[in-house]
Amino acid sequence: MSGSGELVFWFAAVLAVLSAVATVAMRSAIRSAVGLLFHIIALAGMYLVLHAHLLAAIQLIVYAGAVVVLFVFVIMMIGPSAEHAQNQRGLLIRTASGGLMALVMGALSFALIEYAPPMLAGVTPCPPGSGAECGQFGGVNALGGELYVKAALPFELVSVLLLVAVLGAIAVARGRSAEELATLKAKKLANATAAVSAGEK
Amino acid sequence: MDIGLGHFLGLASLLFGIGAVGFLVRRNVLIQLMSIELMLNAVNLTLVAINRWMPGNHAGQVFAFFNIAIAAAEAAVGLAIVISVYRLKKSIQSDSVDLLKH
Repeated sequence: MSGSGELVFWFAAVLAVLSAVATVAMRSAIRSAVGLLFHIIALAGMYLVLHAHLLAAIQLIVYAGAVVVLFVFVIMMIGPSAEHAQNQRGLLIRTASGGLMALVMGALSFALIEYAPPMLAGVTPCPPGSGAECGQFGGVNALGGELYVKAALPFELVSVLLLVAVLGAIAVARGRSAEELATLKAKKLANATAAVSAGEK
Repeated sequence: MDIGLGHFLGLASLLFGIGAVGFLVRRNVLIQLMSIELMLNAVNLTLVAINRWMPGNHAGQVFAFFNIAIAAAEAAVGLAIVISVYRLKKSIQSDSVDLLKH
């Protein structure tokens, strides 16, 4: 990896870790959302280092442009009660989850040290002689070709999934209007009276 | 020092751990959802990094692409649930939703 790529890696790595910690630790939800935004930008930089240019753009558009904005919308809608004074769990669960994190990281690092080097020996990104084809790696052309040819069916299924998610989100978040509530109440009342009169008979 | 795949995977495991701790420790449902996003992003980083060291195809990047789409759908539905819970309980602390506990 070139020197500038190394520099970008360390910068993005430090930014990603710090902003992840900020996301988790901030007391107010809006600050957490800003932390998430910085985290996403740092990961987009990481994707650039990894030669995944299209994914970096998609990451910025979808995450920074849509998901974080959605979070901020909801925080603004809910207002000050999104920031509650006592919103951390007790000491026990904090210790337990910290231990869990240490366990997961330890296991992963062990697995990397034990198994990764032989698996990766001799595998370098863009080995000399691979030329132009490797230069295309991660670009719109290469990734788009793979996405629309090899993964065409999952791609279409994702569009169906997004449609269902939109419908579900609308159905769940939509409150009932006062009118609808009144008709519902009247219907319930009518049912109850019908049951009572049936019981009398 | 040369940057290898191990650096990326170690960073991803660290980010995943931070997200997992956030999900377990915080009570604010919004911040728990953000922690889920952190974990999903860590997994995406793993996929893209491994794909970089096996550049024969783009399987990892395609997976990361689908992960991003699914994370967007998850955020939309999750936030809709948060809104309707807030309407019902006037609170977004996850401890306030305990109907199945009693």
